[in-house]
Amino acid sequence: MSEQNTTAEGLIRLSAADLAEKLRAGEVTAVEVTQAHLDRIAAVDGGERGVNAYLHVNAEEALAVAAEVDAIRAAGGAEAEALHYLAGVPIAVKDLIVTVGQPTTAGSKILEGWHSPYDATVVERLRAARMPILGKTNLDEFAMGSSTEHSAYGPTRNPWDLDRIPGGSGGGSAAAVAAFEAPLALGTDTGGSIRQPGAVTGTVGVKPTYGSVSRYGAIAMASSLDQIGPVTRTVLDSALLHQVIGGHDPRDSTSLPEPLADLVAAAKTGNVEGLRIGIIKELHGEGYQAGVENRFNESLQLLKEAGAEIVEVSCPNFQYALGAYYLIMPSEASSNLAKFDGVRYGLRVLPEEGPMTIERVMGATRAAGFGDEVKRRIILGTYALSAGYYDAYYGSAQKVRTLVQRDFEAAFAKADVLISPTAPTTAFRLGEKLDDPLAMYLNDVATIPANLAGVPGLSLPGGLADEDGLPVGIQLLAPAREDARLYRVGAVLESLLEAKWGGPLLAQAPDLAAAQALEAQEAK
Amino acid sequence: MSTDTILSFEEAMEKYDPVLGFEVHVELNTKTKMFSSAPNVFGDEPNTNVNEVDLGMPGVLPVVNKTAIESSIKIGLALNCKIAEYCRFSRKQYFYPDTPKNFQTSQYDEPIAYDGYLDVELEDGTVFRVEIERAHMEEDAGKLTHMGGATGRIQGADFSLVDYNRAGVPLVEIVTKPIEGAGSRAPELAKAYVAAVREIVKNLGVSDAKMERGNVRCDANVSLRPHGRERFGIRSETKNVNSLRAVEHAVRYEIQRHAAVLDSGEPVIQETRHWHEDTRTTTSGRAKSDADDYRYFPEPDLVPVVASREWVEELRATLPEPPAERRKRLKADWGYSDLEFRDVVNAGVLDEIEETIAAGATASVARKWWMGEIVGRAKAADVDPGQLGVQPATIVELSKMVEAGKINNKMASQVLDGVLAGEGTPEEIVEKRGLAVVSDDGALLEAIDAALAAQPDVAEKIRGGKVQAIGAIVGGVMKATRGQADAGRVRELILEKLGVTA
Repeated sequence: MSEQNTTAEGLIRLSAADLAEKLRAGEVTAVEVTQAHLDRIAAVDGGERGVNAYLHVNAEEALAVAAEVDAIRAAGGAEAEALHYLAGVPIAVKDLIVTVGQPTTAGSKILEGWHSPYDATVVERLRAARMPILGKTNLDEFAMGSSTEHSAYGPTRNPWDLDRIPGGSGGGSAAAVAAFEAPLALGTDTGGSIRQPGAVTGTVGVKPTYGSVSRYGAIAMASSLDQIGPVTRTVLDSALLHQVIGGHDPRDSTSLPEPLADLVAAAKTGNVEGLRIGIIKELHGEGYQAGVENRFNESLQLLKEAGAEIVEVSCPNFQYALGAYYLIMPSEASSNLAKFDGVRYGLRVLPEEGPMTIERVMGATRAAGFGDEVKRRIILGTYALSAGYYDAYYGSAQKVRTLVQRDFEAAFAKADVLISPTAPTTAFRLGEKLDDPLAMYLNDVATIPANLAGVPGLSLPGGLADEDGLPVGIQLLAPAREDARLYRVGAVLESLLEAKWGGPLLAQAPDLAAAQALEAQEAK
Repeated sequence: MSTDTILSFEEAMEKYDPVLGFEVHVELNTKTKMFSSAPNVFGDEPNTNVNEVDLGMPGVLPVVNKTAIESSIKIGLALNCKIAEYCRFSRKQYFYPDTPKNFQTSQYDEPIAYDGYLDVELEDGTVFRVEIERAHMEEDAGKLTHMGGATGRIQGADFSLVDYNRAGVPLVEIVTKPIEGAGSRAPELAKAYVAAVREIVKNLGVSDAKMERGNVRCDANVSLRPHGRERFGIRSETKNVNSLRAVEHAVRYEIQRHAAVLDSGEPVIQETRHWHEDTRTTTSGRAKSDADDYRYFPEPDLVPVVASREWVEELRATLPEPPAERRKRLKADWGYSDLEFRDVVNAGVLDEIEETIAAGATASVARKWWMGEIVGRAKAADVDPGQLGVQPATIVELSKMVEAGKINNKMASQVLDGVLAGEGTPEEIVEKRGLAVVSDDGALLEAIDAALAAQPDVAEKIRGGKVQAIGAIVGGVMKATRGQADAGRVRELILEKLGVTA
């Protein structure tokens, strides 16, 4: 086993925790681990049928960081002792998060070629932990979408079926982890952009409590909803990564002041005995694919058998959550995206004719630089904030937000953790919903309430849907600041499911390299 | 520049009743900016005091400067305002390149301070109460410089340069309620109000309060209504009137202009006006309606400001003596008469005299210099006395030279001219202009001998005990030395020479 795991093919399939152990034991070097992932990226990410999870690969810097870790470890002594547990374990970063030394595009033409002069706080923390950054991952432009098809740099493909979407907006991070192009990735979740891609790619994704992870350096879509979180293949890996990136940051006023709980310990000491797990009546059943419902019920059964008490809770105001979200999010986005005007950085487009005034340059830049979905949301948000409409739209949406928060409070009075399917369906086909924004928005119906209330959510693989053999996600929700509960319950459910499957769900995924090779053959 | 017709002020006052309103922006002198850790420093190279937050780079977040909040609360307290227990920032949205995020973070419907008043003393001692609507916090914009045009304005310019050093500098905007009942004293009240605000923020130590640097900027709203009518007329807002004299003149001009418009039967246009110091007129800026839609909404990147009552009381306890009480104290300390003190206050040199005394001058010397020398020069130059740039240390140095007999008063005045002309330090100017009092006894004795010889009858009288006759001899010596002799020393030497004791 150990022999096989130190081959390149074996290394990329290891969890971050296993890699960390092997690195500490000296069974493998950080350079070998990093190179194995870079090789995998080279093998499966590019080309017409490539996954296209990465917008930028940061090979040179990643290898240099890995080499530093190896040198420190080889030298031994205090510095080696002080190395972070995850030192040398590589990671991919969603291209919405700014990084020095690599481009940051937000998936948009308007930032093509832009290099940030500063690192996001989470990136600083990755660097402090000496985790090599493999590159920047694809996303829907400015994180606006549920399929990664709204990226200005082409869609990402789902490693389970290259003709299907990997979810969004963080499809790149989820696909990279699912395709073994990275053991870990960072995502951002405004309405489900970490959890829904996790669900449809068979990976784990966590949206921490709002304020648990600093947003400094995450290009804002909707400030009051955005949260950075881990994208991994195991619950423990998510806890490990959350522990690296989380905790107070004086540069983010909305960052929580208190220290993080021991999330890793929570993931390692999972237990559901006597725990009340609440099924949210409004978040399953009608509108949910049969195969999704089946896997959801199966998870409930496993938890029950493990000693959890399953209760039903009702959150009647969740029916308004999607509507409120599509007023608050575009309102904040319309304001947050105003800075992209061609004056100080990024794309600048001059009007083809007529006077060269600042207004016309800004207009031409934004017309050329933003894609349709971004424009749609800017227009929606601008309208919702306009004098005379503010109360009816933004104001009402804020009231709904309060009602959703109250629903959560009532539900958490009856249950310690809530549970639902993460997304109503498995991965749909590329292009299937591109021309139907409302159908696209419905993908996030189960994930949005957590963002509106600021509570944490975790999605983990719940098995494959009977009808299409594609991954189904199970979502766990906990009260604000109780992220540890998600890891405690998630780890138990994960181990119960894996025992049932006889290994990780991703072991059942098709052999990507072989599939691509076959397709290439057929194409000839 | 302006082609507006105006009525005489007297005629305008006969027909109409002015209503005023002021928005005074005070730049706080915090070490760092309102929402970023970049330095808040005036006058540095463009775009050096900026970081990623000030430039509105992707991904940045604001963090409120706690000192700025404290300063704002202090201003609110000094203006007798209520302090909000809980208030938020909002985003005021408009696209303009001096605003890096294309929105200004500002307080909108939840100001930190509200419902206050300020008692303003006019020149004759009349006290006029100005009601304060609110004082709210916001950030300053960058500075645009329009290049290539003749006027320095955006119209006709080829391109514009932007300096973001000022972007994000903390501001407190103080807004009055409509000020009614000032009548013909409206221009005087305008000046006195802004002077009082400036004095308060300076006294609090929360702003450098230099109007010439834009630390205190005034937008003056003026409207007229016929006497006896309650409803306000349509107002104009003259932006950035940045000296006390200009505030007075701008209000006066707008009253005269409005009166002429109303007399012609035309409606006054609601608009912003630009003030022109050179012609002392205003010109039309942009049309402004109350329907300007800034799409305000609460700033989601900031948490609400919570000002606990304990904190507010702690800050109240640190407030310095209010200016009115300070004036009472200074008057007693300095021993000026009522008239002398009022003249000092009206001339706007109270701070300057205090600084000069602090630098080592006596109260009477400080007053003599500021009132006797500098105020007149400021009037001639048509600027506020403080704007001439006379340093307290200069006055102390000059007065010491006079006391030491190195120069006389007349020369000292010439030296001051030299200092103002940038010729150097007083010492250097005395040297360069050859102004030193002739105190070489040898040279003086020669001149004395000559003067005594020229007027032997006078010399005889002095010898005979008529010492008061000495003036003629002293005058002769001074004439011979072209005023450069120390008259006191000359007198001594004459008496010595004639063997007379005074």
